[in-house]
Amino acid sequence: MKKYDTKKVNFKVFRFNKDTDRMPYYQSYSFDVAQDEVILDILNKIKWERDGSFSYRRSCRHGICGSCAIKVNNKPVLSCKERVFDLIEIFGYELVLEPQDIKNAIKDMVIDKERFWHKYSSVKPFLVANIEAHPKSEYIISQKEADRLEESDYCIQCGNCFFACPSVEVNGDYIGPAALLKAFRFNVDVRDNAKRDRLDIVNQEGSGVWDCVKCYECAEACPKDLSPIDKITKLHNQIFEENMAKDNVATRHAVGFKDSIEKHGFLDEGELVRYSEGNMGVLKHVPEAIHMFKNGKLIMPWQMPKSQKLDEVDKLIKSCSTVKFK
Amino acid sequence: MENLKYAFFVGCTPKQSTPELMQSTLAIAREFNIELVELVEATCCGASHMQDYDDFLSLVLNARNICYAEKRGLTIVTVCNTCQLNLATAKYRLDHDEKLKNRVNDKLSEVGLEYKGTSEIKHFLYALIDDYGIDAIASRVKKPLKDLYIAPFYGCHNIRPKEVHGASNGNEDPYRPTSLDRLITALGGHSVEYEHKNKCCGFHVELQAPKTANKISGGAMLDAIENRADTMVTPCPLCHLRLDVQQKNISKEMGEDVSIPILHMPQMVGLALGIEPDKLGIKHNITKFTFA
Repeated sequence: MKKYDTKKVNFKVFRFNKDTDRMPYYQSYSFDVAQDEVILDILNKIKWERDGSFSYRRSCRHGICGSCAIKVNNKPVLSCKERVFDLIEIFGYELVLEPQDIKNAIKDMVIDKERFWHKYSSVKPFLVANIEAHPKSEYIISQKEADRLEESDYCIQCGNCFFACPSVEVNGDYIGPAALLKAFRFNVDVRDNAKRDRLDIVNQEGSGVWDCVKCYECAEACPKDLSPIDKITKLHNQIFEENMAKDNVATRHAVGFKDSIEKHGFLDEGELVRYSEGNMGVLKHVPEAIHMFKNGKLIMPWQMPKSQKLDEVDKLIKSCSTVKFK
Repeated sequence: MENLKYAFFVGCTPKQSTPELMQSTLAIAREFNIELVELVEATCCGASHMQDYDDFLSLVLNARNICYAEKRGLTIVTVCNTCQLNLATAKYRLDHDEKLKNRVNDKLSEVGLEYKGTSEIKHFLYALIDDYGIDAIASRVKKPLKDLYIAPFYGCHNIRPKEVHGASNGNEDPYRPTSLDRLITALGGHSVEYEHKNKCCGFHVELQAPKTANKISGGAMLDAIENRADTMVTPCPLCHLRLDVQQKNISKEMGEDVSIPILHMPQMVGLALGIEPDKLGIKHNITKFTFA
């Protein structure tokens, strides 16, 4: 029989019992790990061989239930999918296992996921359609129609993207990447009738798509490679396509780029801020503008650089534009 | 070694709000005999906002930007993480979707251009480290940064998504990037280990959600300060605008002083090469930094 290579790994594991511990602590466990072992195997070994009180969520072991998501050295992982050997490649032989959301830990790897589900339920994450209660046959949609979902129906609600999102971390109102992906999933479903209702929800300033910081943490965190941020971009696009874009700082910020490129090729930074904020709103930026001017960080309108061959740019903008902003 | 030559995608901030990035980039390129051919036809990359408004238009304009590097037969270097991401994303999408590429080329043909996919896109940081070489850089150091504890701040758009940047950006792992740390060490400095080195600065919501932006950058800065950094360094002018220009607003939001000098990556390299601070545009930085 072939003998498998093993590697000795030290796991520093977050331990905490909300009912009895004042503070969390880290406990070390060393194991000889084989090349096919995943993080879930390690969680099982800790519980079965070292400490029966160790707690974590698990169910399917096939990357489909989303229960066993945790963080290893701050990298969001689905325990049942993540090979320890792959993690050693990145982080070396000491791996730190922590729950997704330390601040809401209940016991060891188990967290209170209420925050996540609350946001999730806010976007009508279900099909809104007049479907007969007792249909005579299936409602068949074509492959082309199914492709519009771009696999967003594969989301397993593991929460990795949500708990990796820095905007979620500092803004309790932000809906976050998982719920936004779900809004996209039903908005592109040909059977659904609630697209505009959902766009209304995700178009809110302070909680919706405009609060995405574009860090791509969600794209890296998703164990299903669904790139939630790309679906967030598509929600932005839907808002403009459906003529639902409000005239505010966030929408003007996006549109302002097109206007600048059309005029100069380059972005006119000063004009973008003025246009986005409006003539009154821009006043709050005066103190930093003075500071920038003194340090030679502001140019005058007549110094604005221009790209060469702007006629091409003009032609392409006329020919390729797909939307209009009032 | 044959002299390196790239198509230089300057982007918008080096010609406006970060002149020091332009000066320091050109100064160290000169020192290393790296030829940067400015892509004078290029437009703004859309800064990951224009695609929210009109994704297809944004893609076509970035395809056009890349065409001008292809015409010159050169690899593009960017000096801004967000330019890097937007160009690399356009390339990734076009190289992986024949139908989309044909649609874009249909449009580009109206102005006599064709996107072929022959030019690589990499950030200047990786051109220095991987093409010029970390050892070659180390051998050119005249004033080692030996007493400096420097916190590398990588910025999102150079390292995520990993798949998009790939080998062009040194296959950097987004959860454990090493390029800036290695560069700091090669320049004789101490790289500071801290949790936020690969985190977001919040720049992209600065206008519509300043509170969010300030809290996000504040968290990173406090982390660097608590880990006893003398300065932070970033390869991205947008991170720089946030951490440097907005420092007062960030302190106010955090209710804590987050004062710390912020350097652009090429400024740091230039100082170690012994280039006069004036020639690296140090005077333009809002946060003052002195290096004896």
